[in-house]
Amino acid sequence: MKIIVPVKRVIDYNVKPRVKPDGSGVDLANVKMSMNPFDEIAVEEALRLREKGVATEVIAVSIGPDKAQETLRTALAMGADRAILVVAEDVEPLAVAKILAKVMDEEQPGLVILGKQAIDDDSNQTGQMLAALTGRPQGTFANTVNVSGDEVHVAREVDGGLQTVALKMPAIITTDLRLNEPRYASLPNIMKAKSKPLAQKTPADYGVDVSPRLKTLKVVEPPVRSAGIKVADVDALVAKLKEIGVAA
Amino acid sequence: MDNDIFEQFTEQLRRYIRERLIPAEKEVLETEMIPEAIMAEMRDLGLFGLTVPEEYGGAGMNIQQYIRTMREFSYAAPCFRSVTSINVGMVCSAFKNGGTDAQKAEWLPRLAAGEIASFGLTEPGSGSDSAAMQTTAVKSGNGWVLNGTKRYITNAPFANVALIMARTSKEALPKNAHVSAFIVPMDTAGITVGKSDKKMGQSGSHIADIIMEDVKLPADAILGGEEGKGFAFAMKSLDNGRMSVGAAATGYARRALDSALRYANERKAFGEPIANFQLIQQMLADSEIEIYAAECMLDDAARRADAGENVLRKAAAAKVFASEMCGRVVDRVVQIYGGAGYLAEYDAERFYRDARIYRIYEGTTQILQLQIAKHMLREWAAQA
Repeated sequence: MKIIVPVKRVIDYNVKPRVKPDGSGVDLANVKMSMNPFDEIAVEEALRLREKGVATEVIAVSIGPDKAQETLRTALAMGADRAILVVAEDVEPLAVAKILAKVMDEEQPGLVILGKQAIDDDSNQTGQMLAALTGRPQGTFANTVNVSGDEVHVAREVDGGLQTVALKMPAIITTDLRLNEPRYASLPNIMKAKSKPLAQKTPADYGVDVSPRLKTLKVVEPPVRSAGIKVADVDALVAKLKEIGVAA
Repeated sequence: MDNDIFEQFTEQLRRYIRERLIPAEKEVLETEMIPEAIMAEMRDLGLFGLTVPEEYGGAGMNIQQYIRTMREFSYAAPCFRSVTSINVGMVCSAFKNGGTDAQKAEWLPRLAAGEIASFGLTEPGSGSDSAAMQTTAVKSGNGWVLNGTKRYITNAPFANVALIMARTSKEALPKNAHVSAFIVPMDTAGITVGKSDKKMGQSGSHIADIIMEDVKLPADAILGGEEGKGFAFAMKSLDNGRMSVGAAATGYARRALDSALRYANERKAFGEPIANFQLIQQMLADSEIEIYAAECMLDDAARRADAGENVLRKAAAAKVFASEMCGRVVDRVVQIYGGAGYLAEYDAERFYRDARIYRIYEGTTQILQLQIAKHMLREWAAQA
């Protein structure tokens, strides 16, 4: 069984993002970029399934700029077998899902494991859209993944706790934070990754129109929280709460 | 190693240090040991084989890459670098410079996989002055018998193999030709390891005596298969070792300075962060300047070494400057922490104790000053 793992190149999780002065977006000039952390969890889960003998091949796919090659190399260094880069700038979740649907057609994987969302736009859409486009079952926000026969059981993180769903494969899974702890790429594996195959494609190769359908009007920094005040005693507190209309 | 691979590795190493090694420091301080899980991870990551050639299962780093890695690595507590450093530094270098093909094929892959090495030169009565060396290797039948004691041997309590310097001639010979190097598996009969010495700092790294009583070794245990080359191999390894210690001091100075920078922004006096006060700023800036200077010296010396230049003087200069610099930086860091800097609860006092050894091992500042001056004077005399 093959597993496809889509990975996205995003602003590094340690970087404090800054909004461009003209409000058109986040300033990415000279900013450190790395693999979306939820995608790292997806790669790790796929590798563990391969190591357990459930899967035979792990294919990392990225739809993004040329530089997303680095992200794919990271996935290969972690242990993925090969990679596909579809070069496209500023793609929206729907376009990504459409391309992934075509990649699924071509590769016929048993599972597609995606991060539940990317930490740059927090869309949380691609996995769900891919499931809808392909008509395949989905297990989102995965906390645990177990494959048995032609089914995969996914324990999902929901508000009240965990909900386990049984999906017929091929199936779409999106990862939550607690699914696993991704490994570090070892130096020997980083060296091996260089000779692993990385195919370059364009959206046209898949016949997908990636032109944007959404328009960003304005990006602003979150409002700065103003400092609180200290009150002398409970009476003063109650009076203050009444004054600002929180207590009657 | 290709530079893009090196950059990718450095990125992973940085993350590993911040996410795994630094959080593990508390446990190291409490138990005096590196947790077994961390040891296994460091082996898997390839940290014991950085300088082992690729054909022997290592990463094949050049000197610049190795020195930069040591600098990054030393952002964490010193014990983590220390446990790998004998492998990737002296012993690997000695095998590369002096080992026979069979010795390289046997030992380099084992070192790269994380079997831990020790390097035995120093003795109770001798260090760099090899003429006074007491450990002897005597031919016996088809092999060798070793007797003697080696002192202050890093990693001795958990080493799998040691490279032991021993005299193969009673008389002191010119160019130290009375000394040979022997590959000694630590489970050989007749070897005992003394108690781990208590130290000022560098918690989690261990040094101890190695005592050899009639240790029988096969004929091919002598490095290079030839007598009288041991000291030369050892000395060749020392330039790299000095740059490596310089890099360790520089990386640790950076760690200490980052910690002081954070503290100066958090700690308030007279109603504002102490970072706003100019006398604190001067200590921060002086430290930044000196760390940068050390980084430049190390990069330059390593680049020259890769180009084949003899860097004896420059490696010594970089080591002296970096280690003395680190001493000044950790001293300022304690000062910036103020009263908290004297308390074991905070990191500053540990940085201060840990850094002290850098001015001593791999050649004290004083012996290196003598060496640098000796070469200057020799060059002057040759030109005059």
